[in-house]
Amino acid sequence: MRYAMAIDTKKCVGCGDCVVACQTENNVPHGYCRDWIVENVAGSYPNVEIELRSERCNHCDNSPCVRCCPTGASHIIEGGIVKVTHSECIGCGACIQACPYDARYSHPDGYVDKCTFCDHRLEKGQGTACVEVCPTNCLYFGDLEDPNSDVSKALKNRKWKVLAPEAGTKPQLYFLT
Amino acid sequence: MKEELFVSGRNIPNIDPFLNIWHWQIPLYLYLGGLAAGIMFFAGYFTIMRKEKEMETTVKWAPFLVPIALVLGLIALFLDLKHQLYFWRLYTTIRFESPMSWGAWTLMLVTPLSMVWAASYIKELIPKWDWKFGFLNQAEALAIKHRKQMAWAMMLLAVVLGVYTGILLSAFNARPLWNTSVLGILFLTSGLSTGLAATMWMSKSKYERKVLSRLDLIMIGIELFLIIHMLMGFLAASEVQIEAAQLFLGGEFTVVFWVFVIILGLVFPAVLEILELKGFHVPVWIPALLILIGGLVFRFVMVEAGQITRFLY
Amino acid sequence: MRILSIHIFTYIDIYFMKTRRDFIKISALGTVGAAMATGVVSMAKGSSLPGSHEGSGSVFNGQNRYPTYCEVCFWKCAGWTYTDNKGKILKIIGNNNDPHCNGRLCPRGTGGIGMYYDEDRLKTPLIREKKNGKPYFRKASWDEALDLVAKNLKKIADEHGPECVALFNHGSGGKFFGTFLKAFGSPNITAPSFAQCRGPRETAWIATYGEGVGSPEPTDIRDTNCLVLIGTHIGENMHNGQVQEMSQAIDKGATIITVDPRLSTAASKSKYWLPIKPSTDLALLMAWIHVAIYEDIYNKEYVEKYAYGFDELKEHVKDMTPEWAYGITTIKPAVIRKTAREMANAAPAVIIHPGRHVTWYGDDTQRIRAVAILNALFGSWGNRGGFYLKESLHLPYPKTPPNPKPTKTWRDAYPGQFKLASMALSSGICDATIPTADRACNFKGWIVSGTNLPLTLPNQANTVEAMSNLEFMVVIDTMPMEVTGYADVVLPECTYLERYDLIRTSPHREPYLALRMPAVEPKYDSKPSWWIAKTLAEKMGLGDYFPYDDITDLLDWQLKQVGSSLEEMQRIGVKKFDRESGGLYFQKGEDVKFNTATGKIELFSNDLAAEGFDPFPVYTQHPGPPEGFYRLIYGRAPMHTFSRTANNHNLWDLKQENSVWINPKVADLWDLKKDQYIWLKNQDGIVSAHPIKVRVTERIRWDSIYMVHGFGHSNKKLTRANGRGANDSELITNVVIDPVMGGTGMRGNFVTFLKEKPEGEVAS
Ligand SMILES: Nc1nc2c(c(=O)[nH]1)N[C@H]1C(S)=C(S)[C@@H](COP(=O)(O)OP(=O)(O)OC[C@H]3O[C@@H](n4cnc5c(=O)[nH]c(N)nc54)[C@H](O)[C@@H]3O)O[C@H]1N2
Ligand SMILES: Nc1nc2c(c(=O)[nH]1)N[C@H]1C(S)=C(S)[C@@H](COP(=O)(O)OP(=O)(O)OC[C@H]3O[C@@H](n4cnc5c(=O)[nH]c(N)nc54)[C@H](O)[C@@H]3O)O[C@H]1N2
Ligand code: SF4
Ligand code: SF4
Ligand code: SF4
Ligand code: SF4
Ligand code: SF4
Ligand SMILES: [Mo]
Repeated sequence: MRYAMAIDTKKCVGCGDCVVACQTENNVPHGYCRDWIVENVAGSYPNVEIELRSERCNHCDNSPCVRCCPTGASHIIEGGIVKVTHSECIGCGACIQACPYDARYSHPDGYVDKCTFCDHRLEKGQGTACVEVCPTNCLYFGDLEDPNSDVSKALKNRKWKVLAPEAGTKPQLYFLT
Repeated sequence: MKEELFVSGRNIPNIDPFLNIWHWQIPLYLYLGGLAAGIMFFAGYFTIMRKEKEMETTVKWAPFLVPIALVLGLIALFLDLKHQLYFWRLYTTIRFESPMSWGAWTLMLVTPLSMVWAASYIKELIPKWDWKFGFLNQAEALAIKHRKQMAWAMMLLAVVLGVYTGILLSAFNARPLWNTSVLGILFLTSGLSTGLAATMWMSKSKYERKVLSRLDLIMIGIELFLIIHMLMGFLAASEVQIEAAQLFLGGEFTVVFWVFVIILGLVFPAVLEILELKGFHVPVWIPALLILIGGLVFRFVMVEAGQITRFLY
Repeated sequence: MRILSIHIFTYIDIYFMKTRRDFIKISALGTVGAAMATGVVSMAKGSSLPGSHEGSGSVFNGQNRYPTYCEVCFWKCAGWTYTDNKGKILKIIGNNNDPHCNGRLCPRGTGGIGMYYDEDRLKTPLIREKKNGKPYFRKASWDEALDLVAKNLKKIADEHGPECVALFNHGSGGKFFGTFLKAFGSPNITAPSFAQCRGPRETAWIATYGEGVGSPEPTDIRDTNCLVLIGTHIGENMHNGQVQEMSQAIDKGATIITVDPRLSTAASKSKYWLPIKPSTDLALLMAWIHVAIYEDIYNKEYVEKYAYGFDELKEHVKDMTPEWAYGITTIKPAVIRKTAREMANAAPAVIIHPGRHVTWYGDDTQRIRAVAILNALFGSWGNRGGFYLKESLHLPYPKTPPNPKPTKTWRDAYPGQFKLASMALSSGICDATIPTADRACNFKGWIVSGTNLPLTLPNQANTVEAMSNLEFMVVIDTMPMEVTGYADVVLPECTYLERYDLIRTSPHREPYLALRMPAVEPKYDSKPSWWIAKTLAEKMGLGDYFPYDDITDLLDWQLKQVGSSLEEMQRIGVKKFDRESGGLYFQKGEDVKFNTATGKIELFSNDLAAEGFDPFPVYTQHPGPPEGFYRLIYGRAPMHTFSRTANNHNLWDLKQENSVWINPKVADLWDLKKDQYIWLKNQDGIVSAHPIKVRVTERIRWDSIYMVHGFGHSNKKLTRANGRGANDSELITNVVIDPVMGGTGMRGNFVTFLKEKPEGEVAS
């Protein structure tokens, strides 16, 4: 099993609902976030294009954050989800330095926190909070190894890219372009 | 025009708009580690070379600084942890892929070793010293007997420690400025240089100072070479690394880097040392202090600037 | 034959022309109604319904959930409020069975939780006092505050007549105050959602189709082949159902054509973006009509069957060629033709969206008329992929005494004007509050519920002047917004998560009901509107108009009339009913009688002609920016609603302030840098009270600047929002009134940049 997410930049309107939903679902403290929206503008008026991307931890296949963790707090679970065990984390910040996507943050309680792909919801057979809330339905989640999963289907017929592939982390967030 | 922005108003403390998760503690820790490594290395070296007499400060007195520096460094490291109550988790596992982990373990070995080394000379420093307990006297005797072996261990561990201070940063590919293999050797050299400077300052012997000064000049030479090599490397690499190098070549850190690290921290003290070797009278503390400060500033600059550099946004 | 009057807008003003003596008489009559109503109540009592949330709601996945519908904007999505076992609100999630949201709230709805938790909320009733000449608010009990309100309203009624009290409302609670005010004897109930929002659209639609568009708009976007957005920035305008359906349309490959001087989010997703010169849309619309007719690509069958005045229209647009429009709009003739053909190809599954906030340049009714005509030419109204025929369920209301007949209305302040306004004008009542020698009606008292007038009405100074002329003003709000600062009495309402309201009956493809019930007890000393209005009414002897002890009695009774019950709704939240008015679209060849003078879709408007207005839209030029000034255009950010969410912590996290969008060329000219704070000064010398951050972006034209409405709060009690960003309302001092229906055209204002805070010049 290999969980992944695809984000349709052609449909995303950058509303931030995925961000608020994550905050309330995962009790993310005010001022912090596990996902965020980037707007990229190119061209000059009136030949302008924008790309809107909902970003979060890429749950990298080759995850430097896990490798650099001195305690093993950062680890990988079933489906390739990269997680942090709060009670093992010393808050050294190494994993934050290691992430090319700046996807991790230091929780005010001391430990490092980030997107979990809502594994607590997956366990119950629910989708992730951000995917389930997105009003444009532009987020697709599922098992890459299952050709019938939403994410596999989304990737099949569309062009996509990943962010900072040159960082060599094999990210698992796919942006449909 | 190109424009990229967070439309969800991301402004996470210490992460946005640029990373600043490591504050003064980490560069200080790296600096003290390097300094300790420098002192230990030469203490070990001259012991093996049987130069205890001529190089008394190097072998006997300067090493008293090592445990102090290491303990201060460890305190700094501890202060930087955000989840301090869980500090002990560092020592429940060894993770070879994590420099943080093997650094912690290296310190676990180095610190006691440096203490034993210093302890073995304490009676020479304070003749009235009394260990109070018999077994301690025995231990001291044992240590004195195995100085040679300890010297080898110290040299080896000093190299590991010195390199570690650089690798701790260079392991992070995600920070383009740190993403260079030069950093390990560069920080080792810089550590050796600061170790020499500290020793030089303490030493009363003209001969010893001359030897140290010569060694230091070599270190400074290597350092300058490595720095240029590093910058050239960046300029020949990817866009993010070119941007990283720009921080020192016109960007935000240009003045601190060139004035405090390169000129005041390396070139000027080198000139002073050459003058001294040529027979001019230069108070030894001036180049020593400049090198010590230069090394410290260098660590701060590398840690701060490195955090600013990123792959995205 | 189908009579469309079932769909007719419910908000048509009825004027009562009776004396105040009647008022007393009818009051006495009230007891009859009260007796009947008591019967109702005791009937409901038998079911022993809980007065608060305790024991109701349901458990879902280990958490308690309570049905609600969202109050963060007026789309009213139904959802569930989740609480843990300690009664702490955790999250709000959309109701899967609700067609307004399909289980997915928008960011504001998801973040609605922040309204409940806001520590700056109004906590107790407040009464204005003076100490050493300085006004301040004193905390008061509900009893004392409502007594004071009753006393002052009575005084105004005695001295000037009850009609001199007006209600400004926006949102659910306003209904109860409306009931109160009508019982009190005033018909002057207004909402800024008319003259500052969709008024021109409703008027234009009624003139053309005999009915308004209404909310939610019955646009069949999910099944459309071509969606045309003229300034309507869906995706930033986050009205949920439309955003969802637009995304579905993108998936299905529908053609989207967006007309906007700014690269809106919708424009960035469109096949065609027409970067029009602001204020010239009517020319483009007329050219499209020209192409549709003269290229013979309009829907002949539909027009022949349903439309009136085609030949005159054809003659009218004869010279309104794309080449003519090009000179005005800067949109190339080839593009105008091509896009018109795209619409024709898709017809009748094409939507030329009527927009919503359409009070732009003062000729807005006419502009939307052109939109209505274009839709008629392509036959989209009543057709799949165009506009569906909406339906809602009417809930019976227990009988109450008849309302006293007022002797005058706000219309008396505008003799001969705005006859086609189907609702009262907020701006009109505001203006009529400022006394002038020749005015027939002055307002002396305002009840303001759920609308932040200083940020909502254009020309802030004017609004402030009106308020300072009042004898009495009571504000019912949840937050210490600007408007509360002018009140004599402030009444804290609890948030929608802490209260019952009336059942949502808004129309959709099928009729649906939705329940809002409290998930938790009201925080602090706040109360729901129904309770406030009812208690006030009782204090004034008007209790008979609220024929229930607890709102749950009323809701249960109403629901039982249509075969549901409060208990059922508490479990399911949303209930769907069968359509009764026929199919979702016109049948092929179906005879339809439209509710217009001719019974047809009036391309030629008899209503307008009768009032002396152009029966067909005519383009007129609007002034452009003077040298060194830029047109101020504004809109929405998807994560905020007007000014109401600026202090909401969850949404504030996403966007703390607005910025002023400036084209890079303009920024260069003025040497403005990204993120620099500047002040804006308008053509009348008004300077923004707060500085605003510069966003240098290619998404905006060089003759305009753009900012999101709703920021720049000045009330210091709003600890997060205060002083963040600038407020567009204070810069909108040039207001062009739509002669047809009194809408306030707000986009004829121009600003320039000040890099330093101007001393003494600052308007506050
Ligand atoms: N400059 C400018 N002016 C505009 C617009 C614009 O874009 N620019 N837009 C126009 C449009 S389209 C519209 S519809 C209007 C909207 O105008 P308003 O409806 O006045 O908009 P808000 O600023 O959101 O003010 C809502 C008020 O209701 C309060 N409130 C929120 N929830 C509750 C509640 O549950 N109970 C009570 N009692 N009060 C509550 C809020 O605290 C706030 O004071 O503004 C119009 N005015
Ligand atoms: N997130 C969010 N969504 C909302 C609301 C909210 O407060 N927040 N409010 C809701 C309400 S009540 C309303 S009424 C609607 C309003 O939503 P819309 O009807 O979509 O809004 P407008 O304010 O008319 O449109 C703003 C757009 O018009 C463009 N524009 C400006 N001048 C011109 C012009 O001359 N010609 C053309 N073609 N375009 C122009 C601007 O660039 C901007 O993109 O939004 C609703 N949805
Ligand atoms: S909720 Fe969906 S549309 Fe909104 S920003 Fe997130 S991904 Fe984009
Ligand atoms: S995105 Fe960052 S935090 Fe997530 S797995 Fe990759 S490196 Fe680790
Ligand atoms: S901060 Fe925590 S999770 Fe991150 S590397 Fe350190 S111990 Fe591991
Ligand atoms: S998957 Fe879950 S944790 Fe990750 S961003 Fe989405 S809601 Fe947040
Ligand atoms: S569109 Fe958003 S804010 Fe409006 S009612 Fe629906 S969820 Fe609430
Ligand atoms: Mo509106």
